[in-house]
Amino acid sequence: MKFKFFVILGIIMVSSVLNAQMKLNGAGATFPYVIYSKWFDVYHQKTGIQFNYQSIGSGGGIKQVIEGTVDFGASDAPMTDQQLKEAQSKRGTEILHIPTVMGAVVVTYNLPQTGKGLKLTPEVLTDIFLGKVKKWNDPRITSLNKGKNLPDKAIFVAHRSDGSGTTNIFTGYLSKVSNEWKNKVGQGTSVNWPVGLGGKGNEGVAGLVKQTQGAIGYVELAYAVQNGLPYAALKNKAGNFVEPTFASVSQAAAGFIKNMPADLRVEITNAGGKDSYPISAFTWLLVYKNMKDKGKAKAISDFLRWAVTEGQKFAPGLYYAPLPKEVVKLDEKKISNITVK
Amino acid sequence: MDIKNRDRDLALGQSRTSLFSIKSMYNTLRRMAGSFFSGKNFGDLVFENLTRSFAFFLLVLVVIMGYQMLTQSMPSIERFGWGFITSDTWDPVQEKFGALPFIFGTLFSSLLALLISVTLSIGTAIFLSEFAPPWLEKIISMMVELLAAIPSIVYGLFGIFVLAPFLRDSAEPWLSGHFAFIPIFDGAPYGFGMIAAVLILTIMILPIITSISRDIMKSIPQAQREAAFALGATKWEVVTIVLSGERSGILGAALLGLGRAVGETMAVTMVIGNRPEISFALFDPGYTMASVLANEFSEATSQLYTSALIEIALLLFIMTFLLNAVARLVVWSVTRKYSKV
Repeated sequence: MKFKFFVILGIIMVSSVLNAQMKLNGAGATFPYVIYSKWFDVYHQKTGIQFNYQSIGSGGGIKQVIEGTVDFGASDAPMTDQQLKEAQSKRGTEILHIPTVMGAVVVTYNLPQTGKGLKLTPEVLTDIFLGKVKKWNDPRITSLNKGKNLPDKAIFVAHRSDGSGTTNIFTGYLSKVSNEWKNKVGQGTSVNWPVGLGGKGNEGVAGLVKQTQGAIGYVELAYAVQNGLPYAALKNKAGNFVEPTFASVSQAAAGFIKNMPADLRVEITNAGGKDSYPISAFTWLLVYKNMKDKGKAKAISDFLRWAVTEGQKFAPGLYYAPLPKEVVKLDEKKISNITVK
Repeated sequence: MDIKNRDRDLALGQSRTSLFSIKSMYNTLRRMAGSFFSGKNFGDLVFENLTRSFAFFLLVLVVIMGYQMLTQSMPSIERFGWGFITSDTWDPVQEKFGALPFIFGTLFSSLLALLISVTLSIGTAIFLSEFAPPWLEKIISMMVELLAAIPSIVYGLFGIFVLAPFLRDSAEPWLSGHFAFIPIFDGAPYGFGMIAAVLILTIMILPIITSISRDIMKSIPQAQREAAFALGATKWEVVTIVLSGERSGILGAALLGLGRAVGETMAVTMVIGNRPEISFALFDPGYTMASVLANEFSEATSQLYTSALIEIALLLFIMTFLLNAVARLVVWSVTRKYSKV
């Protein structure tokens, strides 16, 4: 009896020591950093696996994945076909995109007389950011917001000055809903804005909006919720005005499930479904399909499986929208593809 | 032991009785080394070469940096040629890159800040060195030097939360109300923009120019001032004499300040509005070279984009070099003129 006990104890100790030596390096997106570090911390306590994650930005994360300097990457924008091809030729393996949590971009504004719950359509929103709708009492805005007091004030547009995934999602949405935006400005982490001033980071944009009456800008949902910023309800594809909430963001992913491509590289802006918030987005972990190190491959698969199931319960508390069940299933299938060469 | 060595040892004040054996060994060694290095003292030789290697290390560092930036910006240089400097379009989505608005913004904001702060600094320095009682001089000098120790992010926050609201609500409306006929005071008052950047830069470069100017003025011998007074000069005339004597030093101080203004990144980024636009109007937003690097580098996705940003860094590098060269030239010509008189 005693002998058995010591053997088991020994195995546990040895395995925990082995696990403690396991260290996974990652780099990439700043947006999911808060929940990732929570996950890494909780998972480390559970299993002893150490994570070293540097939130250097999505662009940097993709570069490091291509160069093979990390075990996994993270990005708010899916890798382009060209980047995947480059990774394939340099690393000799496919890159898998695993959606981990969801976020959204909200349109925030500063109109003390008008109060909360401003309604906007994609067309009006685009024209505001194109500089075509210049005043808050423009008939195109007032007709959407009957009974609201909209002042005769110039619209002041605030946007991100630093390259960011938030901008990429927002301009991606505008490009989807407006051909004019697509042709004139387009989608990117930084774009050539037709109007407005740039603030650095979410806090920069929020600062501009908070301080300027008549301002409109966009920030991450998490940031808007944490700081109590007012946000606009946007008209979605189904024709309903939807406010950004964790539920309406998760709905957007569920609404996209039928059109989900096999590699899960999809921008879910302007999603179908009656309660979907239109500017929602996934954030991805980027992992190698064929890994050289057996231990690492197992560790990363186990971690991912845990993150997309149990880990999701941390999401709302940290202001992220959890993945809908349908996407979790797709994730699990994808994770089982990770192999050792 | 030959006479020459004995003389040298006597001159160095070394005891000839103690440590005889070690000394003779040392002397033998030194003679051997001396025969290798043509009569120079061995220790001196090591010292000289060590310092030389330090100096060359710095030189090599500069060369490597320049070379790296040049090679990394080659794709952009080949693609755009001189158009990079003359074009004013910065569109990361279409991959059209022109750096003119950034070059303009850097030069305009720095030179304007220099103009204001040199006036203020020289005034302060004159007061401190010529008029102020010692106790007041100490207090003011300490305060001025304290300004230099404040991190630039703090200046940036001061800009966002104090300066910009003040400019937007009070200064800019007043200026454009009374002086709108002067083109530089025309435009919409946002608070954030060129004028905010210029004022922040002015505060940031004040300490360096003030304290150097004061030190230089105080270095003029008191006898010279007394001589001038004895000849019946007024206080004003004495100050002019002091100033003209130290013209080159004060110019040098100003150029040091300009160097800091050109390279300042964080504080400027936070208040300038970050809009690549060429406008002489002070209320309009602008953009500087350092700001665009700070903003866009981490999320620059394509190779050409990164390369264009590195070319901006290269231009900034060259600009700093040119400024320094011009500074030397000015100082030299002024000194020469003065020494001829």
